[in-house]
Amino acid sequence: MDARMREAVRYLGYGGHAVDDQTLALIEDSFRELDRAADRRIIYRIFDVISGEADSLAIGKMNIVSRNLRKNLRDCHEALLLGATLGIGVDLLMKRYSLMDMTRAVVLQAAAAAILEEYLDSCQKKIGSELEAEGKYLRPRFSPGYGDFDIRYQDMMLRMLHADKSIGLTMTDSYMLTPAKSVTAVIGISGKKDNCPMQGCEACKKKDCIYRRNT
Amino acid sequence: MIKDRLGKELLFFDGGMGTLLQERGLKPGELPEIWNIEHTEEIFDIHRKYFEAGSDIVLANTFGANALKFHSDEYDLEDIVTAAIVSAKEGANFGVHDGREVYVAMDVGPTGKLLKPMGDLSFEDAYAAFAETMRYGEEAGADLIHIETMSDTYEVKAAVLAAKECTKLPVFVTMIFDEKGKLLTGGDVPSVIAMLEGLRVDALGMNCGLGPEQMLPIIDEVMKYTSLPVIVKPNAGLPKQKDGATYYDVEPEAFAQTMKRVVDMGACVIGGCCGTTPEHIRAMTSACRELAVKEPVKKHRTLVSSYGRAVEIADRPVIIGERINPTGKKKLKKALKDHDMDYILKEAITQQEKGAHILDVNVGLPDIDETAVMAETIKELQSVTSLPLQIDTVSIEAMEAAMRIYNGKPMINSVNGKQESMKQVFPLIQKYGGVVVGLTIDEDGIPDTAEGRLHIAEKIIAEAAKYGIDKKDIVIDVLAMTISSDAEGAKTTLEALKLVRETCGVRTVLGVSNISFGLPFRPAINSNFYTMAMQNGLSAGIVNPSSEDMMRSYDSFCALMGYDENFAHYIKQYGNRTAETKVANAPEASGMTLASAIEKGLKEEAHQITERLAGEMEPLDIINKELVPALDRVGKGFEQGTVFLPQLLMSAEAAKNAFAVIKERFTGEGTLEEDREKVILATVKGDIHDIGKNIVKVLLENYSFDVIDLGKDVPPERIVQKAVEDDVKLVGLSALMTTTVVSMEETIELLRKEKPDCLVMVGGAVLNQEYADMIGADFYGKDAMQSVYYAQKVFGRE
Repeated sequence: MDARMREAVRYLGYGGHAVDDQTLALIEDSFRELDRAADRRIIYRIFDVISGEADSLAIGKMNIVSRNLRKNLRDCHEALLLGATLGIGVDLLMKRYSLMDMTRAVVLQAAAAAILEEYLDSCQKKIGSELEAEGKYLRPRFSPGYGDFDIRYQDMMLRMLHADKSIGLTMTDSYMLTPAKSVTAVIGISGKKDNCPMQGCEACKKKDCIYRRNT
Repeated sequence: MIKDRLGKELLFFDGGMGTLLQERGLKPGELPEIWNIEHTEEIFDIHRKYFEAGSDIVLANTFGANALKFHSDEYDLEDIVTAAIVSAKEGANFGVHDGREVYVAMDVGPTGKLLKPMGDLSFEDAYAAFAETMRYGEEAGADLIHIETMSDTYEVKAAVLAAKECTKLPVFVTMIFDEKGKLLTGGDVPSVIAMLEGLRVDALGMNCGLGPEQMLPIIDEVMKYTSLPVIVKPNAGLPKQKDGATYYDVEPEAFAQTMKRVVDMGACVIGGCCGTTPEHIRAMTSACRELAVKEPVKKHRTLVSSYGRAVEIADRPVIIGERINPTGKKKLKKALKDHDMDYILKEAITQQEKGAHILDVNVGLPDIDETAVMAETIKELQSVTSLPLQIDTVSIEAMEAAMRIYNGKPMINSVNGKQESMKQVFPLIQKYGGVVVGLTIDEDGIPDTAEGRLHIAEKIIAEAAKYGIDKKDIVIDVLAMTISSDAEGAKTTLEALKLVRETCGVRTVLGVSNISFGLPFRPAINSNFYTMAMQNGLSAGIVNPSSEDMMRSYDSFCALMGYDENFAHYIKQYGNRTAETKVANAPEASGMTLASAIEKGLKEEAHQITERLAGEMEPLDIINKELVPALDRVGKGFEQGTVFLPQLLMSAEAAKNAFAVIKERFTGEGTLEEDREKVILATVKGDIHDIGKNIVKVLLENYSFDVIDLGKDVPPERIVQKAVEDDVKLVGLSALMTTTVVSMEETIELLRKEKPDCLVMVGGAVLNQEYADMIGADFYGKDAMQSVYYAQKVFGRE
């Protein structure tokens, strides 16, 4: 089973349990369908990071108060803001299957999440290796909504990236990203290679979560 | 006047604004429009430079000046827009020395929000935001409106309607295409052109996204379809990243050289977008000023479109699916009366899967508000299918409402040769665009002869021309009369098809299935008549795509007439069939019980076994002895962590298939008709993710609750109103994020006040027991099965 299959299975709540052949076939087929429907796009820019009093910091023109983000960006003088999306086609597919075949809709949802993660990982790897040439290293992604990093910062991040016209990424009045399968994130850039905190899922304190990786 | 010069001489736009402002100190995330007031001299200076570089039209700094994007505590939108136009006008006064007549365009960019159904911005709100800012622009003295950098046809339609209805200014539109010629929202070149020409914009084209070189193939595509003057405004190359910032590296001279080719291909309004500077524009105007402009060439393609694609009605016939029309369809009538939108949407998806190219939509029933239902149905259909729709109604009010909110260029069914009809329908086509079906009937009825019908067709075409409606936008229906009442009927229809095709050169349409009314075994007559009609020039048959006979006629016709290259479609469709194969799959389910088919989640098998059991057992026995125990076992397994969500749902859907068979077989016998308990489900206001709610719905329906699904982003008032109206005792609410739990709380509060005997269960990613208690819910369902158990408890079914 490849990495994205494992991720999709995890999102479907299987934990460490075996997956039956029927479901496996469905997941594989969903990946095939998504590979056609997904229109992967990413936009990113690098900004200066300035730490302020207590939990405050500034990324470019954006002033933020968040203890968790500050911790995540410790020793970083720059940060990369990014927006990425699988596009509107995936939303339409989801809507169709929600009507015609709910099982497929659910599997598609998990597979799409896995594809988005995989896409972000590969982009991050590529950007990271470019920066390494300059002696700069990327931290793990940190998104609005994680910990005390308020989801409301999403608005400013989208503006700073012109995400609407560059990749068609927008948000609703309640800060939900549209298209639905999209991500915004901050990635710290540090001059030190080590000192990397844990990745997203493993860093979470909710140890009994059925979606947890490596359980 | 710019309109008089458009298409007759080459006109030059300006170049980028944002890039120049950033050089002058604009920070990422800062609103550039504020500079209209705080740094007037910089804005003025940029405009002046562009005029001096040879621009005939500059865009005022109003790209993001709409109420949805521009939020400032300090400045009024009106002041911002006025300042922008004034600066550009002053730039024109100071900057022009060679006597050219120059223009200031009100620049209108996207709202930065995605429209419903995929986003949360309503078409009407988008319209209002555009209308407001455009009024300010016209008031301040703009010479034209340039709607640009658009990625969504629906948003553009709102903007164009606002410009047309609220100002008198010429309207230019440019959109962003990617290298594949697609919009970010999926539309292609012909779909964009069909819609914009239908809306009667003055010029159209593309800007941003690509450099001049990359735009060339797309310009080529645009030229194949449009009859209008074409605008091309590329970036200075593809965006590149350095040190995290975006830059563009096509130099002015290289830019200018490619723009010469752009003019040669037929563009007649050119300029630059991101990364282009006054130097680029100067190089471009000096290289191109003396080039001869190619006047736009009129095209004769009959195109209908949706947000995603255009369908051309040409030599190869197209299929219009007829199933969304309540005439003679009991289930659809019931669905319309019960407001069961899912049924209609499924009908649409099925027709698409069976091969329809366009879907007819008729919701006319005596007891419903046709205008409201038509508009809603069109919106909903466009959220699940990208097929163009045919708006089919006799109500002018419903027709207009649907045309207004339709995303694309619709087909309209219909107008006829009566003066009254033409007087009502043609102004709508003129305003919103559309391909209209012209029925060959007039004040004197339906002529008995082909010549008579031709005469009416000619009358319709001539009258349409008075409204500026080209005959490419008319398809003639020569009407198929039932042969059982007129033995010559089919012959007359076939003759008329041929005559109209050949004499008028228009495309044709026909409701094919009428022909056999009153005769036995109608598919035989219908499918043969269908072939004959296509042979006589039928361009678009309105048929049932689920009818194998009709589709065989269609597929065979295309194969025989050379419309199916290498017989690819035919082979795909029939490659594994022998002449004698039975259509239905042979049952593989021998030896399996219904219960095990459900537990294994096998839909087909569950269906087949239930068919068999229905002959042997009482319906209630099938349900109580097979279905329910199987579902219970799967549910228990899910709870214990041995069965997982996909399997749970597969079983649920298998059970649903079995229920459907039982319902079909035994409806009317009384045993299954008892009132089921009603449960309302809704994703709360502000929340647009509904997968969790949909999972709960499937399961509740399985346990035979009557689920009233109000959808997503549902305001508290609507939920409460429905609960009161239908006296519902249980409401299930779903929310995904902390920002929308607030709406959940509001909904619960309002329910407590207006419908105190109604219980509320909640669920969703962000919730837990503590949170649920805090907002006053009666129950927190940590997964879908818990909601089922709770519902059973509430209604005393344990």
